[in-house]
Amino acid sequence: MKVIMSGNEAIARGAYEGGVRFASAYPGTPSTEILENMPQYAEKVYSEWAPNEKVAAEAAIGASIAGVRSMCAMKHVGMNVAADPIYSFAYTGVNGGFVMVVADDPGQHSSQNEQDNRNQAKTAKLLMLEPTDSQEAKDYMKKAFELSEKFDMPVLFHVTTRICHSKGIVELGDREEVDVPDYKPNIPKFVTTPANAKKLRVTLEDRLAAAREYANDCEFNTVEMGSTKIGVITSGVAYQYAKETFGDDASYLKLGLTHPLPDKLIKDFAGKVDKVYIVEEMDPYLEENVKVLGIDCIGKDVVPKYDELNTDLVRKAFLGVEPETYTAELQPVVRPPALCAGCPHRGLYYVLSKKAKKLGLMITGDIGCYTLGAAPPLSAVHTTICMGASVSKGHGASIAFRDAGKPTKVVSVIGDSTFLHTGVNSLMDAVYNGGTNLTIVLDNRITGMTGHQQNPGTGYTLMGKEAPEVNIPELCEAIGVKKENIKTVNPNKLAEVEAAMDELLVKDEPCVLITRWPCILKKFSRQDIDEFETLNKTKCVIDQEKCTNCKVCVKTTGCPALINTKEKVVIDATSCTGCTVCMQVCPFKAIEEVTR
Amino acid sequence: MNEVKNILLVGVGGQGTILASKILTSGLMTAGYDVKMSEIHGMSQRGGDVSTQVRFGDKVYSPIVGKGSADVIVAFEEMEALRWLSHLKIGGKMVVNEHRINPVPVNLGAAEYPEGIIDHLKGICDVISFKAADVAKELGNPKVMNIVLLGALVKAMGLDNIDWDAEIEANVKEKFIDINKEAFHRGYNM
Repeated sequence: MKVIMSGNEAIARGAYEGGVRFASAYPGTPSTEILENMPQYAEKVYSEWAPNEKVAAEAAIGASIAGVRSMCAMKHVGMNVAADPIYSFAYTGVNGGFVMVVADDPGQHSSQNEQDNRNQAKTAKLLMLEPTDSQEAKDYMKKAFELSEKFDMPVLFHVTTRICHSKGIVELGDREEVDVPDYKPNIPKFVTTPANAKKLRVTLEDRLAAAREYANDCEFNTVEMGSTKIGVITSGVAYQYAKETFGDDASYLKLGLTHPLPDKLIKDFAGKVDKVYIVEEMDPYLEENVKVLGIDCIGKDVVPKYDELNTDLVRKAFLGVEPETYTAELQPVVRPPALCAGCPHRGLYYVLSKKAKKLGLMITGDIGCYTLGAAPPLSAVHTTICMGASVSKGHGASIAFRDAGKPTKVVSVIGDSTFLHTGVNSLMDAVYNGGTNLTIVLDNRITGMTGHQQNPGTGYTLMGKEAPEVNIPELCEAIGVKKENIKTVNPNKLAEVEAAMDELLVKDEPCVLITRWPCILKKFSRQDIDEFETLNKTKCVIDQEKCTNCKVCVKTTGCPALINTKEKVVIDATSCTGCTVCMQVCPFKAIEEVTR
Repeated sequence: MNEVKNILLVGVGGQGTILASKILTSGLMTAGYDVKMSEIHGMSQRGGDVSTQVRFGDKVYSPIVGKGSADVIVAFEEMEALRWLSHLKIGGKMVVNEHRINPVPVNLGAAEYPEGIIDHLKGICDVISFKAADVAKELGNPKVMNIVLLGALVKAMGLDNIDWDAEIEANVKEKFIDINKEAFHRGYNM
């Protein structure tokens, strides 16, 4: 049967067909939909959201050592979090086949950096597969488990945004069932004490050598001969751009198994063509390895080293041609993403922004929708680096200010899912070492940015089961934050937020403020509807008689439901959800809350 | 060998470009074409610009529509038509929804929404424009604006050889089938 599938749907399908039994992930664009597509195979595959990528990888490693085919999935920066287990798991090797799917984001469509994780296959010494479209994403994923078992190595399944989020036609196959062996401990293989690990380090070289031999003659690495004037070496989605650029005017070495690279095959191909071009996105991973083999080639001298690649860029680089286009004199205005109408973060940021101006606060931020609090008019996030860093950065800064005799107070803002990802450890640091930053946990009852995934704080699992819920105030108390220094507020009630903030900002010890209100776009659970009574029941309207067109509502909240024209401000009735933040900031009491 | 055709659907997060492109690709696949479709998710739910790229033909390689190569661009919002103009093939058609959504900088008074976009575009390329939102409202559901625009797209591309009613039946919830079919035909006849 043929169906149209995104790369992420195809990866999930391929894992199912390949006999996977255990799958774990932490959501992250562009990888999220891989695990979101797993529960449809619930009869054969157990799948879960883990609190972070390291935990996801370790859980999958445990399942592999137990003897079943397992996988984990993450976005590119997630692999940094999961690097610790994977670098040592490469030594021990697997029992059941193990695949780590890592989705890079060239062009940073939704990411804080643009790292090329193909480099990590080399440094961690993993097998690496790279599909060029949805069909290969499914086929390669299916075969990845067997490959992992054959060479006793974990597989890094490397994809990029354009593979994950593009759809193509996929021919489906059947599931391969693999028996689960009875458990037998294998201490020398799986206990990485130095004595064992030193031996494993030696056998890892043997395993890599065997895999390199295989790579020289395998179905993943193929030669397509055309004109021999140009020979293109390429992998991943870049293959598609190369084919579209050169067509039959070149020959291609299309690499699907890209670590270890097939040395003999590359030399053989290079010997058959007049000149070698390397077409790849981001770092010169293939190029450097080809050059080490003593082969002259052209790659990053002409192809951009950063940003997403496409056919236009490859044509410009190698053929020097650019398409003819229309141009207009009028220029569009940028359309940056903004906190949604009704977003519960707006109320918190409105108050925090006001306090920051008055008190000269430093605000350390984190990764999530609430990073958008850095944008005008709120401008209430001063730094974001990585998941969980807000609280630890805030701790470090608070100590630095204290010891330098500076009066600056530090506030750290972090979402519920990010807090449970790695923020908890940071709060331990602040409490244990006497930090003074105020931590604000923006609990919107879901993992919001990636499109609403459950987490250990929401009460539900990926597979739709009810689950125990982490109680954030009690967790903070258990870590050592004093009970009187933990407050929970409704972020839509500005006076309530301000009163709590005033109380906590004057204290010289670790404090936690929790804002609890659901993401307005999430599918509300029974529990949400019971707990948050006014959810989506009202909307706001402007009484144009009372409105003086002062624009305070627009300019201090930045709410997209407020439509601003020269003559007046109106509220878009379809997008307003009745959060009432604009009503509370209006100096002329011109905004009313009415039933929806 | 048939040349690869390129379609771009552009708009603002939440306007329904994804369902429109799903029906479109499903129809093209049923008609026997190789199809690739690419969309960027992530931060687009939060009011940013969104684009869905659809390519079809005997064999499609890249999933991305390049500059100067779109046979038709359907802009769900006026300024997005302007943003994507450089992707229109010389001689291609632009279908523009007469509809404005202010981006944040305009709302904050930091920038002005460009005036007269549609007339400006009409002086540059082949433009079909109408108020799809009004058509949808007349039909009784503002959300079917996307399918009105899909109808106009199918007409502009000349994709009459596909049973679009069947594709709508296969891709939307039963209670919305009739209104979506009507929306499609209203858009087709614009």
